[in-house]
Amino acid sequence: MSGEVEASTEEQQEIQDTVVSPEKTEEAKLKARYPHLGTKPGGSDLLRKRLQKGQKYFDSGDYNMAKAKMKNKQLPTAAAEKTEITGDHIPTPQDLPQRKQSLVASKLAV
Amino acid sequence: MGAGGGGNDVQWCFSQVKGAIDDDVAEADIISTVEFNHSGELLATGDKGGRVVIFQQETENKSQPQCRSEYNVYSTFQSHEPEFDYLKSLEIEEKINKIRWLPQKNAAQFLLSTNDKTIKLWKISERDKRPEGYNLKEEDGRYRDAATITTLRVPVFRPMDLMVEASPRRVFVNGHTYHINSISVNSDNETYLSADDLRINLWHLEITDRSFNVVDIKPANMEELTEVITAAEFHPHQCNTFVYSSSKGTIRLCDMRASALCDKHSKLFEEPEDPSNRSFFSEIISSISDVKFSHNGRYMMTRDYLSVKIWDLNMENRPVETYQVHEYLRSKLCSLYENDCIFDKFECCWNGNDSVVMTGSYNNFFRMLDRSQRRDVTLEASRESCKARQVLKPRRVCAGGKRKKDEISVDSLDFNKKILHTAWHPQENIIAVATTNNLYIFQEKVN
Repeated sequence: MSGEVEASTEEQQEIQDTVVSPEKTEEAKLKARYPHLGTKPGGSDLLRKRLQKGQKYFDSGDYNMAKAKMKNKQLPTAAAEKTEITGDHIPTPQDLPQRKQSLVASKLAV
Repeated sequence: MGAGGGGNDVQWCFSQVKGAIDDDVAEADIISTVEFNHSGELLATGDKGGRVVIFQQETENKSQPQCRSEYNVYSTFQSHEPEFDYLKSLEIEEKINKIRWLPQKNAAQFLLSTNDKTIKLWKISERDKRPEGYNLKEEDGRYRDAATITTLRVPVFRPMDLMVEASPRRVFVNGHTYHINSISVNSDNETYLSADDLRINLWHLEITDRSFNVVDIKPANMEELTEVITAAEFHPHQCNTFVYSSSKGTIRLCDMRASALCDKHSKLFEEPEDPSNRSFFSEIISSISDVKFSHNGRYMMTRDYLSVKIWDLNMENRPVETYQVHEYLRSKLCSLYENDCIFDKFECCWNGNDSVVMTGSYNNFFRMLDRSQRRDVTLEASRESCKARQVLKPRRVCAGGKRKKDEISVDSLDFNKKILHTAWHPQENIIAVATTNNLYIFQEKVN
């Protein structure tokens, strides 16, 4: 008899918590999915990730290769080699684009 | 005509939409900033591809007063290009983070545009005449044989088709180690500030090789980093005053007369938090994504993830008004954290007489919050309501329970359709709303 009463009090408390704070429910959901999530809320990890936004390249050669590859992919005649990783191979003349792609005007200015 | 008031007696109609209709959006076409100039005659947009497009309001057609003036393309140029930071081996995006107009001083228009690292001052000028009748040159530019010249004439200016030229007048480089999030022109019209995650610099518009650091919150040990600067703005009239907001939901007001280095604030605006309500998400959703002074300079507005707050500059301990933008998202924070939407940075803006504020949301919804009438409305920028002068219908989101007709449920919202950037004409009821790659212009219904 008393066990049942206790259980229903606990349930009531849980319902109250959910009603009072949907945020806490969401937090519990998140912690359940990612148990190793930082104990410090927000935290320096997030901030540091924010301070260093942007894709890191090995060096400027790597960067220029990646840019050329992107432009190559946009040109309809270029062969699409999707398995290649940036900086993976030394380019041959066939891989390089014929000319620098002209600047495309904004579609808002049409 | 427009007093810029009453967000909710006002009926908003579709006026124009700019941009491509196709759903396949190139990254470069993502709009990253929208800004009216001080008269409202010009409207500038910046995109992820580093391009700026400026629209000009056509002079009203007197014979058709119900046909409100339209904005047409005036000038477009490539403001920033992608660069490579050799020291850090990081790409510097060409995305335009902010555009700010300078007040007009002469025939030309000036604006500041910035990406993560470099600020540029652009001059936009018109040319509608050209000199003709040179003595030494033919009209096509070839030089004439001096021996054939027997008379002298005075070259005259003759009208030509309007040409609008944009030229970079100043380039302000190497002022920032971290990513620039804000620029703000001072009311003295000589200086401006630029803010990155940890520092705020003061520049003179004429001087590019020197900048004065006014705020530095970088800790000696980066492990101790607890907050970053998220936005900064100069006061509209007091040239000594500026504010900056933080990722922890605080705003600091600084007075440059008090000291050269404004690390110590003059005022700290912070709403006390109920510690029992604190959760993992509390700090993230309290991060302020935008701060804007009211036109009259007595208030400032801040935007955090779920709300808009109006602060009286004379009261630091709490905002005078708080408006919920999309409270129904509070019970979706877990998934919004997982898909990174919780980090979206929404902007906000005031109307001309500070009676209504506007901010964006998801599903291409945007919110108009009327301060004087204490009413709010949700509207949508979509291709479906694109008929000329079609009045926008209020939208409603159903948070739970039984969904009424015409309501949309929270789970059906498209979180990829975000309205982060909006702008309000300084005098009239004309608004510019940017969806991912389209710019919508809405106007007040004129009877």
